Amino acid sequence: MVSYITRRLLGIIPLLLGITIISFAIIHLAPGKPTTLEQSLNQKVSLEARERLDKLYGLDKPLHIQYINWLNKIIRLDFGRSFGDNRPVFNKIAERLPVTLAINILSLFFIFLVAIPIGIKSALNPNRAFDKSATIFVFLFFAAPTFWLALLLMNLFGIKLGWLPISGIKSLDFEYFTFSHKLLDLAHHLILPVFVSCIGGLAGLSRYMRSSMMEALNQPYIYSARAKGLTENQVIRKHALRNAILPIVTIVGLAIPGLLGGSVIFESIFALPGIGRLFYEAVMMRDYPLIMAEVVLGAVLTMLGNLIADISYAYVDPRIRYKNNS
Amino acid sequence: MSRKLFLGTLIIAVFSVIAILAPLLSPYDPSQIDGANLLMPPSARHLLGTDSLGRDILSRMIYGARISLSIGIIAVGIATMIGLIFGSIAGFYGGLADSLIMRFVDIMLCFPAFFLILAVVAILEPSIFNIMIIIGLTSWMGPARLIRGEILSLKEREFIQAERAIGASNFRIINRHLIPNAIGPVLVNATLGIAGAILIESGLSFLGLGVQPPVSSWGNILIEAKSTLGIAWWITIFPGLAILITILGFNFIAEGLKEKIG
Repeated sequence: MVSYITRRLLGIIPLLLGITIISFAIIHLAPGKPTTLEQSLNQKVSLEARERLDKLYGLDKPLHIQYINWLNKIIRLDFGRSFGDNRPVFNKIAERLPVTLAINILSLFFIFLVAIPIGIKSALNPNRAFDKSATIFVFLFFAAPTFWLALLLMNLFGIKLGWLPISGIKSLDFEYFTFSHKLLDLAHHLILPVFVSCIGGLAGLSRYMRSSMMEALNQPYIYSARAKGLTENQVIRKHALRNAILPIVTIVGLAIPGLLGGSVIFESIFALPGIGRLFYEAVMMRDYPLIMAEVVLGAVLTMLGNLIADISYAYVDPRIRYKNNS
Repeated sequence: MSRKLFLGTLIIAVFSVIAILAPLLSPYDPSQIDGANLLMPPSARHLLGTDSLGRDILSRMIYGARISLSIGIIAVGIATMIGLIFGSIAGFYGGLADSLIMRFVDIMLCFPAFFLILAVVAILEPSIFNIMIIIGLTSWMGPARLIRGEILSLKEREFIQAERAIGASNFRIINRHLIPNAIGPVLVNATLGIAGAILIESGLSFLGLGVQPPVSSWGNILIEAKSTLGIAWWITIFPGLAILITILGFNFIAEGLKEKIG
């Protein structure tokens, strides 16, 4: 296990280098200096901001020197200052990150809570009424743009029925609430966004769980479990389910880029102060230092998610450790 | 032909015909502003209603079909071409080329695609052409992995060894034998990819960072949906349904093809 973790940790070094090189390349995608383009695209950015950018990236130096200088800064978490309000980009992201993390973690929790039982039930009775209706919902949820579903739900629950708030994360008089009232208020505001961000993952994971469970049910150890006279309940719970649920761990890692990308859209729709909305604002204002920082951060979060998922998978399923060793 | 494959093909065929015949089918000029008919609900004159500038939603959707479908198809074309080149080189030659390419794939997969796309849009300006290319350049990793896997298993087969024995060049083996034999799963993947690309385009356009008005796409008709929420349901419902049905169509085709190929 230790050697597996060490190898995986060493493996992230080239990944991190690659991530930073690509992020760095993006800013140099534009023909000419990023700063000249900046000025031609956006008159709002002053000459002063342009010089600041010039200095930030040291644009007079050769590319590889620029890259190394930039890398040196971001290792110390110095992502420069935002064009918008001249505050350090790192602080701006740090204060917005908790909202996004909270929503994504809640979403992942509900996705698992709901999708796993659905997948199991479908797999136990494939092609019966429950499985068929689950399949139809999966197809519909996969096909519907999430922002459109968000709009429909906002219209129904927010405007027609008036049950749920449709924007922001807390009420205007939040400061005066008691602690429990504050929690309730937050929960009330988060119902729609969390539901919307769950939908894609819900459809995907329930499908995945279904096929994983069906595969497990076809394994020889299930026959032997049945042959030695275990009840069907024991066979399913102790033998099939425990094996089928293992690969699901890796899904957490795979789900992160989708959740982060989705957060740009639904945080914008619901006006939530997370890093997704911050990114959207940065793109609208062409706030390059902020854009770059978010791209790097998004990739690093995804990489860490994958790493944690892989390590936990190897922890729960020793076969993975040995297979990768050879 | 399975029911899914039939239904999916039918849906996509209908939408494609609509897109091709847009100038003949659309009742109005899609960008024609009509101050006397702002936010009109569906009626005999405007079958799907009008938007806040009085433009006919049906006409905008018919022209939008052109944009949304072509962005989806061309973006996936680009992604599949890149995937084919990288995937077949990695799978066929193995060794250093393989590990370099696959490392690159791993790195690209770390980026939330939507972040990468938005960042590039911020630098290059959103235009239909740019969006096609950007979506293509950020979605070739899946196809590359898929093709590499197919080629790895195909290249050990007898007919490839026979081909080698008669002295065929590597290029000929890859191009004439490996890729054609690997194309089934690639097609399934590409069909799903078109659906994904259309969803990305609609999300981008909805945020105002995709197809720019006055040109219409299904996503950018929906820009007005939020400000007219509770006032003009038709602006929200119809373009969203068009996206939903199209995506369903492509997903059905992919499912059907998958069953057929096995």
